[in-house]
Amino acid sequence: MRTLKFLLRKEFKQIFRDKGLLPLIFIMPMIQLLVMPLAANFDVKNVNVAIVDHDHSTYTQQLVNKIGASGYFRIANYSDSYKEALHLVEHEKADIILEIPQNFERNLIRENNQKVFLAADAINGVKGSIGSAYLTTVLTDFNSDVRLKWVQPQRLGAVSTIGIDYSNWFNPLMDYHKFMVPAILALLVTMVGGFVAALNIVREKEIGTIEQINVTPIKKWEFILGKMIPFWLIGIFDFTLGLLIARFVYGIIPVGSIATLYLFVSVYMIALLGFGLLVSTYSSNQLQAMFVAFFFMMIFILMSGLFSPVENMPQWAKVISNLTPVTHFVEVMRMIVLKGSTFANIKKQFFIEIIFAVVLNSWAIWNYRKTS
Amino acid sequence: MEEKAIICKDLTKQFGDFVAVNKISFEVDSGEIFGFLGANGAGKTTAMRMLCGLSFPSSGEATVAGFNVFNQQEKIKRNIGYMSQKFSLYENLSILENIEFFGGIYGLSDRQLKEKGEELVNTLRLQKEAKKMVGELPLGWKQKLAFSVAIIHKPKIVFLDEPTGGVDPITRRQFWDLIYKAADDGITVFVTTHYMDEAEYCNRISIMVDGRIDALDTPTNLKKQFSAETMNDVFYELARGAKRSDN
Amino acid sequence: MKQFLVFVRKEFYHVFRDKRTLLILFGLPIMQILLFGFALTSEIKNAKIVVVDYSKDASTQKIITKIAASSYFTIEHNILSYDDMDKAFKQGKIKCAIVFPSSFNEDLKHTNKASIQIIADASDPNTARTLTNYLISIISNYQAEINANVQVPYQIQPELRMLYNPELNGSMNFIPGVIALVLMIICTTLTSVSIVKEKELGTMEILLVSPFKPLYVILSKVIPFLALSFIDLIVILLLSNYVLGVPIRGNIFLLLMESTLFIITCLSLGLLISTVTNSQQTAMLISMMGMMLPTILFTGFLFPLENMPLPLQIISNVVPSRWYYYVVKAVMLKGLGLQAVWKQTLILLGMCFFLLTVSFRNFKIRLA
Repeated sequence: MRTLKFLLRKEFKQIFRDKGLLPLIFIMPMIQLLVMPLAANFDVKNVNVAIVDHDHSTYTQQLVNKIGASGYFRIANYSDSYKEALHLVEHEKADIILEIPQNFERNLIRENNQKVFLAADAINGVKGSIGSAYLTTVLTDFNSDVRLKWVQPQRLGAVSTIGIDYSNWFNPLMDYHKFMVPAILALLVTMVGGFVAALNIVREKEIGTIEQINVTPIKKWEFILGKMIPFWLIGIFDFTLGLLIARFVYGIIPVGSIATLYLFVSVYMIALLGFGLLVSTYSSNQLQAMFVAFFFMMIFILMSGLFSPVENMPQWAKVISNLTPVTHFVEVMRMIVLKGSTFANIKKQFFIEIIFAVVLNSWAIWNYRKTS
Repeated sequence: MEEKAIICKDLTKQFGDFVAVNKISFEVDSGEIFGFLGANGAGKTTAMRMLCGLSFPSSGEATVAGFNVFNQQEKIKRNIGYMSQKFSLYENLSILENIEFFGGIYGLSDRQLKEKGEELVNTLRLQKEAKKMVGELPLGWKQKLAFSVAIIHKPKIVFLDEPTGGVDPITRRQFWDLIYKAADDGITVFVTTHYMDEAEYCNRISIMVDGRIDALDTPTNLKKQFSAETMNDVFYELARGAKRSDN
Repeated sequence: MKQFLVFVRKEFYHVFRDKRTLLILFGLPIMQILLFGFALTSEIKNAKIVVVDYSKDASTQKIITKIAASSYFTIEHNILSYDDMDKAFKQGKIKCAIVFPSSFNEDLKHTNKASIQIIADASDPNTARTLTNYLISIISNYQAEINANVQVPYQIQPELRMLYNPELNGSMNFIPGVIALVLMIICTTLTSVSIVKEKELGTMEILLVSPFKPLYVILSKVIPFLALSFIDLIVILLLSNYVLGVPIRGNIFLLLMESTLFIITCLSLGLLISTVTNSQQTAMLISMMGMMLPTILFTGFLFPLENMPLPLQIISNVVPSRWYYYVVKAVMLKGLGLQAVWKQTLILLGMCFFLLTVSFRNFKIRLA
């Protein structure tokens, strides 16, 4: 125990004297948390529509106004040339083309039936499909308006309609920040913890001090613990700072219990540091450690469901995703912060993290050789 | 001398096909200053690392301070001090902090640490620099400090791997004063060096060539044996036959 | 010239002897392409839905069958009550729920009007929105069926065409972005680190005191990475074309030329980083951590640029990958020619020229 005290004192002194490390630990994560949610907004809004109107009637005028007033769309162009509209799509000035054929108004009234054409830039599939769904809704609305004007109510009575109420639970305003901030907080705790731990032991290898440590009667677990505790505390500190930013900048207050949140983070940090130390024990210089940590962190983060939901992945990818500690952390962060899930709800993920923590750390201790 | 500090028999280290240390055998008495010489790549550092419990021997037998190098490394480590070729104190800790850290690891009490710290700073005349980061010290001072830290816990044996590399003659002289003082205190000193004048300071020396020990005796006897004027000549005589030296 | 080749060869040796550099150089791009291509899809499949049916009759059954038949949803059967549903949402087991009130069938038959409640887990707004849309269209579909014999007057029928990507292949959007990201990270990191390494080891001094001109020293460092990045690019293009089915619609020669321009821009950036840092670690941190985030954020392939606050949109203009991403999309996916991307090309050229000038000047100052 006494040895541990000396190890810890030394680690802390070194951390606080390292001018390169401090901004990485304390400032970078905060900037990330302030900038990322502003930028990471998948919300589909401001869809640019180019309208090609071959009819120029009152109806088309009304339709155009309705689209403009719906709030989702910006009318990028209004013309009677499809070529012109396509040109806009090619230059990413427009996302969707709405083409209204000639005699739209006349045909609709006389023949009861009229087609309009939508063409969406589908390179970004989500934007293409959500945007065109919005536009279809506006069209349907417009359609009922027209109908109401022409048809006697009794004629409509024969048609069965199913009304749909929808509620959006946990995030009624569909605020994207609410979704991203907890996950980004998870991400930055992960980046800081993973990289810093990966670089730490290997740094002692590089400057040669590890030899001096290895000839002392220090125990392996003491050494690893001495490396781990400071970064664990830093991780928790960063996490707390992040929660405060979430609270005061984005107005996000965890719905669930803060204690559960901290309990989970504590275990997660141990698992993550175990990973970092493992990378450290397998590398012989900081550069290698950095490359390897970067490679794995990239996979972990991409597969974690941070950017695209894990449920959408094919089976094999789901398996990989579940084999990384980050995935479960991101999931639980969202569950507790947004949905107010209780410990009973996240029990499974909690035990999975414990398993990660035990396996990764035992592996790291096993692979750290005082005698080679 | 009632007990042997190091007993080494047919100790071998092999990396794949390459035999770095080839069946070396020797004994070091307690309280002796034992010089370990050899050209670059002769296998000195590898041999020393095995004795310190940093590296597993491939075969042979050896005991250090009465403990087996195969399975009692941790016990060995409690009884030895080590100073590696590469300077290895923490450069971003101050002199006192390094002393406190390494002393603490060896289980010195707070009072002992304080006394030791003061004593060391006084002997090395570093009073003014005590709070300075080690990285800011000149190399010679760093080396002396590293040595003092290596024997802070009064080990039975201290291993020094080229401790005076790159240091001026005056500092080297001072460094050897420290070594003699340690030996007077009953610490066995096991030292590798490239400087032949330093070899003369040792009680006995061994010379390694291509992983083997080709000569082992007191400096005087060795000079007689090779009918040479100086240790330099003895060394040349032996090293000339080496296959894997740099030259 | 012969000396020069010797130097270039030395650089290749350095790269090929280090397994971990190879991991970053080839492992990273391949892994990213495969992950983005196969695993990371925003396309929703088999979302878990729970049906709370208080009506239990022929019409609700029909709707449920329709939901079950759709590939978007998988029905979670074990949840029957409202309370169970709440718990399932909190455990993250389900994404949405549909509730039929007990009077559903009666209402539909007698008043011609009935209502359904859809509850979505909106903690992920986009998924919630998409799922709600899918459900609405399934219900409208059912509605159209029951009204098949009633003629609906004044029908506007939208006909939808998905341009460039009719199958809504998610890779289409990611591939140009991943190409930009990978090239950016690899070129800047490897160049800056490898030059700083020589500084750290002191071998840079040796090279500089040799009769070799400083320009050649830099060129000999940069050319191998140019070549390797180019190989990387080819590998990515082949993978995305043959494995992920992303077509190359435009002129491949134009695409390669533009890519070379982008690679040179990134290499210059790496060069610049190497002139302002002295340790490999700093170089690495700047080029990986420092470049990674802006590249991911401001290229526009993950997060739509138009959603960002104005200051961020302005910042995004100085990120080279943003312009390259535009070019790749236009040339590779839309099949457009130089006349469509000349502006972006000029911007990239300008950036490249600027970076090269500044880094070369810095390099000279260091020599003096």
